Amino acid sequence: MNMFLLLFTSVITSNIALSYFLGMCPFVTISKKIDVAAGMGIAVTMVMTLTASANWLIQNLLLIPLGLEYLQFLVFIVTIATIVQILEIVIDRYFPVLYLSFGIFLPLITVNCAILGISLFMVLRSYGFIETVLYSFGSGVGWLLAIVTMGGLRRNLVFSKPLANLGDPGITAIIAGIMALGFIGFTGVSG
Amino acid sequence: MILKALIFSNSFALIIALLLIFMDRVINNYGPCTLTINDDKEVQARGGTTLLRNLFESKYFIPSACGGKGTCGYCKLIVTEGGGAVLPTEELMLSTVEKKAGYRLTCQLKVKNDMKLHIPEEYLNIQEYEGRIVVSDPVTLDIRRVGIALSGEDEISYKPGQYVQIKIPGSGESDYRAYSMSSCPDEKKQIEINVKLIPDGIGSGYIHSLSVGDELDFSGPYGDFYLREDSHRDIICVAGGVGLAPIKSILLHWDRQNLNRTLWLFYGARSTEDLYDHEIFAELDKKETGLKYFPALSEPDEDWTGKIGFIHSVMEQVLSQDINGEAYLCGPPIMIDAVTSVLVSKGVSEERIWYDKF
Repeated sequence: MNMFLLLFTSVITSNIALSYFLGMCPFVTISKKIDVAAGMGIAVTMVMTLTASANWLIQNLLLIPLGLEYLQFLVFIVTIATIVQILEIVIDRYFPVLYLSFGIFLPLITVNCAILGISLFMVLRSYGFIETVLYSFGSGVGWLLAIVTMGGLRRNLVFSKPLANLGDPGITAIIAGIMALGFIGFTGVSG
Repeated sequence: MILKALIFSNSFALIIALLLIFMDRVINNYGPCTLTINDDKEVQARGGTTLLRNLFESKYFIPSACGGKGTCGYCKLIVTEGGGAVLPTEELMLSTVEKKAGYRLTCQLKVKNDMKLHIPEEYLNIQEYEGRIVVSDPVTLDIRRVGIALSGEDEISYKPGQYVQIKIPGSGESDYRAYSMSSCPDEKKQIEINVKLIPDGIGSGYIHSLSVGDELDFSGPYGDFYLREDSHRDIICVAGGVGLAPIKSILLHWDRQNLNRTLWLFYGARSTEDLYDHEIFAELDKKETGLKYFPALSEPDEDWTGKIGFIHSVMEQVLSQDINGEAYLCGPPIMIDAVTSVLVSKGVSEERIWYDKF
């Protein structure tokens, strides 16, 4: 039950995009079209799960035994960059169809703060390995859900007339805020 | 403690690097592939590398100004087989019509299997040349006139207005930078370029550092900015600063061939110090060759007697309405845009305006 709760909170109530506002750059810029947003979301989910799991192993099997926790940031960033690179090569080679739909986003994700954020949260909250996998996967799915929803909402923006001076990113930020209220509304359920 | 951290981070980096090299060699290696060009020539290609780089390695020179970043769109070619679907990185540079015709951005497209493609005739004319610098004169504070003689019996044939790509040697893979030729195409053994020194520019810095006798490599000719000789309209040339180079080539060709067309030359610069080759044009203007020369300075000295202001406002005053002309513009984007709208308002249709923005 605890595991299910962890998954639920990471997807909905503690949504990485809407309650921590991490990974905002792609969230605002790549959410104009639903299919593109979904591609980005899938890529983030994949990279998040893989990097957080790898970083958990490195943290617990290498850094802690060696007493080198202070190298965490450096090592985590390098691991993320490497995994993204490898993932890109492998997907390009063996899954050309997938590569076409979201391969382009992989290099962008290297510098996405949500990815590093998840790795750091899992250390702060001292999750175990299974918990880390669930938590990172859930956060990825949450981010995917948020960006796809945003894509759907923004598609309907053509029917309304938001303040012109607000610009595209401005109205997106406001929508994100209202969405966040909605997501946090689920807190009672998990409570 | 520090030693432990050093050992750890170094070995960590080493393992990561080895892992990536391994992945690149093994998984990113698609083995040798065959490219069939224009249905008659076959060349071997390295799978896993972009089509553009493979073509360069087989001595097919495809125009490319951005260095393979997918932003200039010059390197598009028709790929008839083996290209796969259009990548998102190509989308921006290809129109719907081009996509239907099978055009691909060769700097983004990786060779993964055998391919069939079409290279236009004019690109096949592009060759690699070895040259030696024979002239390197400063003509303004930051512009140098550089003459390059071709080695041996080599000759280059080009149209007035086209450009070459100078090879900039670097530590890794070589870079190329484009420069318009300012010489007359009749001269086939030697070309001339005008190079403005850009702070921290790798191309201009390199060329300015060379002196007479030094060798450099280049390829060319490239570009569809050249004088159209199949018409009898007036030629309206507009140059801003170092954008004079291709315009001068057009003018020299026009003078040498005695083309029976009026040539309007509008030449804009900041001050007298930035104006070069001014005397040559003033001389030609006096001789009633058909050249109408209008230099203009935006920040003139006190003894300047010519036009004052930006070049598009001078054109606004000088050109008559509904002039039967075609225009060749070379200069910074802001000048090109302003001049284009003046020309359109004077009745020159947009398909008769060619330009080189830099």
